[in-house]
Amino acid sequence: MKGSFEQKNKPDIDPKDPRFKIAHREALIGVILVIINFAWWYGFAYGLGSKPVSEYTYIFGLPAWFFYSCVVGFLVMVVLVIIAVKGFFKEVPFEDEEGESK
Amino acid sequence: MNWPVIIPLIIFLASIFVVGFWSSKFLKRSDSFLQEYFLGSRELGGFILAMTMIATYGSASSFIGGPGIAYTQGLGWVLLAMAQVATGYFVLMVLGKKFAIYARKYKAITLVDFLKQRYQSKWVVLFSAFSIIIFLFSAMTAQWVGGARLIESLTGLSYTSALFIFAVAVLFYVIIGGFRAVALTDTIQGVVMVFGTLIILIGTIIAGGGITNIMQDLVAENPNLVTPFGLDGGLTPAYVSSFWILVGVGVVALPQVTVRAMSYKNAKAMHRALITGTIVVGFIMLGMHLIGVFARPILPGIEVADSVMPLITLEVLPPWLAGIVLAAPMAAIMSTVDSLLLLVSSTVVKDVYLNYIKPNAADKEVKKITIGTTSALGILVFMLALSPPDLLIWLNLFAFGGLEAAFIWPVIMGLYWQRGNKHGALASMIVGVASYILIHTFAPNLFGLHTVVFPIVLSFIFFVVVSLLTKPANEAVL
Repeated sequence: MKGSFEQKNKPDIDPKDPRFKIAHREALIGVILVIINFAWWYGFAYGLGSKPVSEYTYIFGLPAWFFYSCVVGFLVMVVLVIIAVKGFFKEVPFEDEEGESK
Repeated sequence: MNWPVIIPLIIFLASIFVVGFWSSKFLKRSDSFLQEYFLGSRELGGFILAMTMIATYGSASSFIGGPGIAYTQGLGWVLLAMAQVATGYFVLMVLGKKFAIYARKYKAITLVDFLKQRYQSKWVVLFSAFSIIIFLFSAMTAQWVGGARLIESLTGLSYTSALFIFAVAVLFYVIIGGFRAVALTDTIQGVVMVFGTLIILIGTIIAGGGITNIMQDLVAENPNLVTPFGLDGGLTPAYVSSFWILVGVGVVALPQVTVRAMSYKNAKAMHRALITGTIVVGFIMLGMHLIGVFARPILPGIEVADSVMPLITLEVLPPWLAGIVLAAPMAAIMSTVDSLLLLVSSTVVKDVYLNYIKPNAADKEVKKITIGTTSALGILVFMLALSPPDLLIWLNLFAFGGLEAAFIWPVIMGLYWQRGNKHGALASMIVGVASYILIHTFAPNLFGLHTVVFPIVLSFIFFVVVSLLTKPANEAVL
């Protein structure tokens, strides 16, 4: 299993590449956003939706649980993603030297 | 024949042909055939990246199957579908820059290329190539059947002729244009999906006499339809939440999605795609599934769930407009199968043929083999879709979950945990796929959770434990 296969074009990646620090931070932001997204979605859906239907309130015709969980929740995520990308994401080059990727 | 519906569909197909033709020019100009054919030379901009990701991912299930289930289950199913908003940002944020940098260093064109360089193991390569070919091939066949059924129901043609039209349309632009054609046609298809969703949604709300009215009708029929719990209370919070793994975060491991995370031009394109992608995927999922729910009081008693979308569209819109927007589900299916076809072809050519059969093939020969393989695969899918064998239908059940269970940890841990090695990766893939098939067969929805949950947990444990028990990977590949 070892031998010639493992030696061919062995890529050289430096684990201390400063771009990875940025990448790690952005991945962490992704995880945090999913947790917020899930908590919002779950909280409103089952928090407001578990009542008997006769006690439901409606917003723009939709049941309140659905409106907050799915409609507002979606808009909140769009705003958070925009804030995260514009505010915290850094542009880094992906190539090491010019023309290397080609 | 329903001409007002058919003419817009023909125009849609024709414009897709033009894009395929235009893209093929890049193939002649490019100095690396493989990079161009399978990755579009890593030149995707933000908008196209967002659209091709969503269009590839948002398959027939979100346009035909999903709204059909929402029709039956009510708002609880829309709630479930909204787990997919996460795919809009999570995939690109988590794979993001690190994956893009790795892919360029490794000169990776496919997911398997990445795994090969990261783990330096022949068995990891063979096992992953094998699972991609088996699972995605079956998924693709199932989608073709869906595409043909849709054409059949819209035009009144026979199933065989419908399938033939579908096959010719897809094969033409994939074979001549490669990834660039797929991404560009995905973009057209994505735009059609967005406007299609908007128009059908508005039409449905008007036909139902407003949202308030529709909700009252639903409550009058069965109050469960407006709760998060589904028609008979069967959608438990645990079950619905576990879809966050299957259709939300787990999507990060699907090969047809990861390959797109290698293809963007620069960080700016990625940033733009994050925002566009989140907006578009959220809008399409919310809109499409709501249409399914709203359709219920307007057209009660539809027996076949898959026909809800075409029927409601024909009901609420004038025929010429219905023809235009019915291109949307068509687009959804086409944009999924084109990516799958290209991906299976790249796996066969790049990961199997060039790795093990003939590593030193000349560029001209590679070109011939690639186009030959893509065509042969296309014809094979066509033959199988004529009357799909039971084995394929069975395999298709595992396609997405099985691939997620196989690849999620080798990809994520490969990027973020340097101690992980080939033994861990191989163990995690085998355990992931095997436990998925076993749990699905013998104890589906264990503890009220979707089948995908436990295989993903098990494959994580195996990845970590086996990696720690065996010697660390070679420093240089980290």
